[in-house]
Amino acid sequence: MKLVDNVTEHTIPKDTVGTPFSDNAEISVRNVDVFYGEKQAIHNVSLDIGKNEVIAMIGPSGCGKSTFLRVLNRMNDTIDICRVTGEIIHDGENIYAPKTDVVPLRARVGMVFQKPNPFPKSIYDNVAYGPKLHGIASRRTDLDEIVETSLTKAGLWNEVKDRLHTPGTGLSGGQQQRLCIARTIAVNPEVILMDEPCSALDPIATAKIEELIAELSTNYTIAIVTHSMQQAARVSNRTAYFHLGHLVEVNPTEQVFTNPDHALTEAYITGRFG
Amino acid sequence: MTNTNLTQRQIIEAGLKKRYRKERAFKAAGVISIIFGLSWLVLLFGDIIGKGMPAFKSTMIQLSVNLDADDLGIDPEDATTFNKGNYDRVIRNAIRSEFAEVKSRGDRRSLGRIVSSNAGYDLRDLIKENPTLINTQASVWVKADSVVDDYFKNYYSPQKPGHILTDKQLIWVNDLIDRDKVTFQFNKGFFTSSDSRDPESAGVAGALKGSVLALIVCLVLAFPIAIAAAVYLEEFAPKNRLTDIIEVNINNLAAVPSIIFGLLGLAIFLNLFGMPRSAPLLGGMVLALMTLPTIIISARAAIKAVPPSIREAAYGLGASKMQVVLHHVIPLAMPGMLTGAIIGIAQALGETAPLLMIGMVAFIVDIPQGITDPATVLPVQIYLWSDSPERGFVANTSAAIMVLLGVLITMNLSAVLLRKRLEKRW
Repeated sequence: MKLVDNVTEHTIPKDTVGTPFSDNAEISVRNVDVFYGEKQAIHNVSLDIGKNEVIAMIGPSGCGKSTFLRVLNRMNDTIDICRVTGEIIHDGENIYAPKTDVVPLRARVGMVFQKPNPFPKSIYDNVAYGPKLHGIASRRTDLDEIVETSLTKAGLWNEVKDRLHTPGTGLSGGQQQRLCIARTIAVNPEVILMDEPCSALDPIATAKIEELIAELSTNYTIAIVTHSMQQAARVSNRTAYFHLGHLVEVNPTEQVFTNPDHALTEAYITGRFG
Repeated sequence: MTNTNLTQRQIIEAGLKKRYRKERAFKAAGVISIIFGLSWLVLLFGDIIGKGMPAFKSTMIQLSVNLDADDLGIDPEDATTFNKGNYDRVIRNAIRSEFAEVKSRGDRRSLGRIVSSNAGYDLRDLIKENPTLINTQASVWVKADSVVDDYFKNYYSPQKPGHILTDKQLIWVNDLIDRDKVTFQFNKGFFTSSDSRDPESAGVAGALKGSVLALIVCLVLAFPIAIAAAVYLEEFAPKNRLTDIIEVNINNLAAVPSIIFGLLGLAIFLNLFGMPRSAPLLGGMVLALMTLPTIIISARAAIKAVPPSIREAAYGLGASKMQVVLHHVIPLAMPGMLTGAIIGIAQALGETAPLLMIGMVAFIVDIPQGITDPATVLPVQIYLWSDSPERGFVANTSAAIMVLLGVLITMNLSAVLLRKRLEKRW
């Protein structure tokens, strides 16, 4: 064990240590910097997110992991002062290229948020909203089918099939979050971004979501930001450790939690700061 | 520890009494404020209702009128001649026949004045409805003059001075009362007729309809414009110096004295565009200018209150900006927007000053049929009546205030109900 008494003594590496790149990348991030006005939130991050992998992003509060996640489907566009440089390649195209349209991008790279945020509509309408929005399905029978398969995939169908037309906001927190996941997969995205999806949930609901993530990973690429190292260890294939806006280390999850390459990562996972 | 003799617990307990006393005083101050406000409200309402209630009933005198077609000067077969008939003479004859002993010219004229000068019109309307009455001796109830009305309502019993009947009129009226020929009836005319020189015949129908028409114009113009402006400013406009200036100016506009808007209407709508004077269309446009900032401000607040999580959810699914606004922001902000609109409209309903500038203060006897007909509105009617010298208008003024308050309460109540219905939880 390498002992770390003062983390500031350990310099942030110039390049990410470990294995940030992948041969089978769904999204390739290259030299991305993110600024909020004058303040730089992300420093020169390069990372591949592999097809059908679950990549967890961990790090102390304010390290930029959520910002990084939101950059991946340009959710940061809604913040006026946010500026992104570098390249993020998805399906051969730079999503920050001037000609890229965010609407189809967000249909292909979906997002689940920290707090369950169902629309104040019925369960059915929550799930059917995305497909209707993009004109994927307009016939009632098609919509019915999408709603059923999405809710089934999200593990919610059996619990709500008798009350599809009751408000989505009337469900419990964990059910609401699974409804949000169903809503996201209803538009059949390639990537699902999850921003601390379990931080507002109790342990049982958390366990269900984690189970769901494992199931979904067979069909979708999932990037998950989490505060819980146990959760990262349970659900992810690879783990990326962020520190003060820098991507310090990316390695297979098992390695990160047993034998990290960088002293900062070790200091974090052993709980010396956080 | 500052005091070694006392434990911390004793120090806390020692201070408790003072703390609770302060708390009680604080609560009492609030209760006193509310009682103070409420007592003024009760006083105001009590005064208005007390003064206004008599206007809802009118004093009627029973006369036996001889509806001879020749006397009336009408052709019973031809309804078009009914308008030209001399109904006043028939009524005059009827009242004279009640008091056959009155002979002198002056006394007979004075006797005729105990019946409303508009009684002839009421009789005409009665004949139009029931032409079979022609050439019969009919017993009809006609409106008493406002002086008699005032006497019967306020001074007949208990006997006290203050009425302005002449001594002879007093004897005749008391005689009629003794013969049970004087009674109260519900003053339907107050709600069906428009302004009149005579308090007993004046009604709020014209002003009420004028108000409704002006408010419809105001709402139709102001609501969509205000919502569009609010949505643009909140959702689309870049945050820069220009939008800051716009924001400050909208807030300023809300505080501009309403008479300025009246002057603007006079200068632009009347003089430049040559729009019809005194019309609800014009009034509604001026009121819309005035209400616009109020609705914009409340609509912006309502849009701001839509939780960002809902927007994020929609954006995250790939909704475009317009779809986010149309599908989520506006529906969720609608209760707040409607409340703002109704508050703005309620404010417009009570507005007098700008309408004075555009001629809605005229004496208008006809009920407006459309938005381009000359009209007046309720608050202006109240202002006009409160300025009239006849005693009967005191009651009319208060009664019109009651109607105005009734409309206001209905509007505010509907705002609350609408809000409850539309409100969704998230």
